[in-house]
Amino acid sequence: MIEFKNIKKKFGQLEVLKGIDFEVPQGKVTAVLGPNGSGKTTLIKSLLGMVFPDSGSIHLDNYRLNGKAEYRNNIGYLPQIARFPENLTARELLKMVSSVRASNNNAGELIERFKLDEYLDKKLQHLSGGTRQKINIVMALMFDADYLILDEPTTGLDPIALRILKQLIAEQKEAGKTILVTSHILNFVEEVADEVVFLLEGHIHYQGSIEKLTSTTNTEGLESAIARLMEDQHA
Amino acid sequence: MLNIIRYTFYDLLRSRWSIFYMLFFMLTSTALLFLSNDLSSAIISLMNILLILAPLVGTIFGVIFYYNSSDFTELLLAHPLKRSTIFLGQLYGLCISLSLSLVLGLGIPFLFYGLLYSDAIFDFLILLVDGVVLTFIFVGLAYIIALKNDNKVKGFGYALLMWLIFAILYDGMLLVIMMQFQDYPLDTFSLVSTVLNPIDLSRILILLKLDISALLGYTGALYQKFFGTVVGISISFTLLAIWSLLPSGLVLRIATSKDF
Repeated sequence: MIEFKNIKKKFGQLEVLKGIDFEVPQGKVTAVLGPNGSGKTTLIKSLLGMVFPDSGSIHLDNYRLNGKAEYRNNIGYLPQIARFPENLTARELLKMVSSVRASNNNAGELIERFKLDEYLDKKLQHLSGGTRQKINIVMALMFDADYLILDEPTTGLDPIALRILKQLIAEQKEAGKTILVTSHILNFVEEVADEVVFLLEGHIHYQGSIEKLTSTTNTEGLESAIARLMEDQHA
Repeated sequence: MLNIIRYTFYDLLRSRWSIFYMLFFMLTSTALLFLSNDLSSAIISLMNILLILAPLVGTIFGVIFYYNSSDFTELLLAHPLKRSTIFLGQLYGLCISLSLSLVLGLGIPFLFYGLLYSDAIFDFLILLVDGVVLTFIFVGLAYIIALKNDNKVKGFGYALLMWLIFAILYDGMLLVIMMQFQDYPLDTFSLVSTVLNPIDLSRILILLKLDISALLGYTGALYQKFFGTVVGISISFTLLAIWSLLPSGLVLRIATSKDF
């Protein structure tokens, strides 16, 4: 289980997270939503140890994050921007990433599903954005980690790849993985997520199921529910 | 860490820039060798180029490489790797790749010219050591500046300013100070100020090895006295070694507490 306890973070004068308290439910897909600059990425990065919160603590399976790196063996992360060393080939990159993880990997199967075989020996700088994103997804999922963090996973994907991604997320959930996803594509969120967390200006404004959200805001669909939440905030 | 060094090195080896850098040194040293027809004078001419160029290229590559790889660095940070492994791995990968271009670019023409059968071989080795040490120092310093500045334009500007100060302005300022205070004893001052600038320290080492420090007049004699002895040479080598470790230490300190 992932637990955030009273996380606060300032960048200079800008207070990005103003006391975030929440638990990510085990074995479910949770979507973190919010407008640009609401603190989604900062929250995810503090879980990954890339950003150090000013106060509060983060716990992963009752292990309190303390700056050591080993706990990340249990996390698969898909970053927002897929940029790699330009002159390496995809095969070398995958090999490099595998070499830093202790666990076995199932890259072969994922490569087959995304039909990446023909791109493996090309330099990464010659690959299209969508293809890089597929490689990015392969790298996030190949280690069979218990926790998956997907930051804008749909970026640049064509409809076929998007369908594969959705299938993969469903399979991972089936296998008991806990998945945290951020996305601006609300249709995608509606399709894959069980729970949503809505962040606005560094606070959590809603946490719960999508159904509960639409019924409490008296709206149809996630998009209008989110719009209503934001209107209420500004009213 | 070896993994990160290896892949960074592969990545850079295949970029055109490190080949360019090597070819530049190859052409320059070939040209100088055939123009002067003398190993020692070619080494002196190369020294003048190297002392300006190695820091400059190290600085520029350091900054560009840091900014270019920042997204990938973030990806690595999400893996179970220590920050020291990631940052020192990338830093040393870059330093080794640049040093290799430099050593091969200078070494191959000199080898073909018959370096092994001449008595200038140790002078040449000092030249190579200086080039490699300066590369490590300035790539490290540029890395520190880039780590401290998320704004690329600012980072690039500060890095170039740093190079300008060490390579050019420092000596100018020193000269002005010495002119102003010429009535006072300046021995200790000039010794200490040389030690504080790695480029000056490297220059002195080559000049002393070539035994042309007399060209520097009174100060040269002073340096000869100080640096020329075994003790002096070991001290200046130690100082250069400290200089080349200092930036990595700072990189480590900054990187372990930085938010990405």
